[in-house]
Amino acid sequence: MPLADFPRLEVDPFLELRRMQSEMNRLFSGFSAAAAREFPPVNIWLGDNSVVVTAELAGVSRDDVEISLQDEVLTLAGARQPRVKQQDAKWHRRERAYGTFSRTIQLPFRVDPDKVQARYQDGILEIELERLEADRPKKIQIRAAGAER
Amino acid sequence: MAQELRTVEQPARQVTGNERGAERPVFVPPADIYETGDSIVVLCEMPGVASDAVDITLERRVLTIRGRGADQQYSGYQRVYTEYAAGDYERVFTLSENIDRDRIEASEADGVLHLVLPKAAPAKARRIELKSV
Repeated sequence: MPLADFPRLEVDPFLELRRMQSEMNRLFSGFSAAAAREFPPVNIWLGDNSVVVTAELAGVSRDDVEISLQDEVLTLAGARQPRVKQQDAKWHRRERAYGTFSRTIQLPFRVDPDKVQARYQDGILEIELERLEADRPKKIQIRAAGAER
Repeated sequence: MAQELRTVEQPARQVTGNERGAERPVFVPPADIYETGDSIVVLCEMPGVASDAVDITLERRVLTIRGRGADQQYSGYQRVYTEYAAGDYERVFTLSENIDRDRIEASEADGVLHLVLPKAAPAKARRIELKSV
């Protein structure tokens, strides 16, 4: 039988290698993400003249969160208290972490410290900050050259 | 005791796909489970889930916890930085103990579900008397 009559190789010999590589990438990406994760995770939303910072603070009570603001740096600090009081508890699973945390967030502009609103519901903290009046971009009118005369 | 219905240990908050067909991710919420003398306590972290959006079912010994997270949308705002996503939560455990289902207590505070499952009284051993013929 001539060589040309052999059916084309339907199997990609590198498929398995590529699969392994992507598997390894997936494994390690998850690892580094978990190691680098800061608490609390935040999302930042930008409006016209205001910014909203939301943070996931599940298990932290409202009284245990401290929000402070200095110029354009927002700091979230606090502690997550364990709710378990029983000393004789037999643990089956312990996946949640406890302890203190502190995180600073650089805001995109200077904000008015008197116009900060913070809400906390179902473990999500929402802080709305307004841009400082003096810091807002000013519109500059272009005068038509002919109008001056 | 509280065996999770998965062969591979899932890291917390991993996206496991979505059955509802929507674009929302489904997370595995991290949980603390401990046992006291008379009950099993489950603490499940589900930030963004209101207490009326939690669905807990116990069928035989399979405990299913589902939570629907609130959407995060602010009109007039644009998300510029993201570290967490809004989504739903789902986790299934198999309990090795019978639970008194009439006395189950569930509450939620600060995005953490607090579930107290009282153990059922052990079934009394019945002695069977042999009748003399």
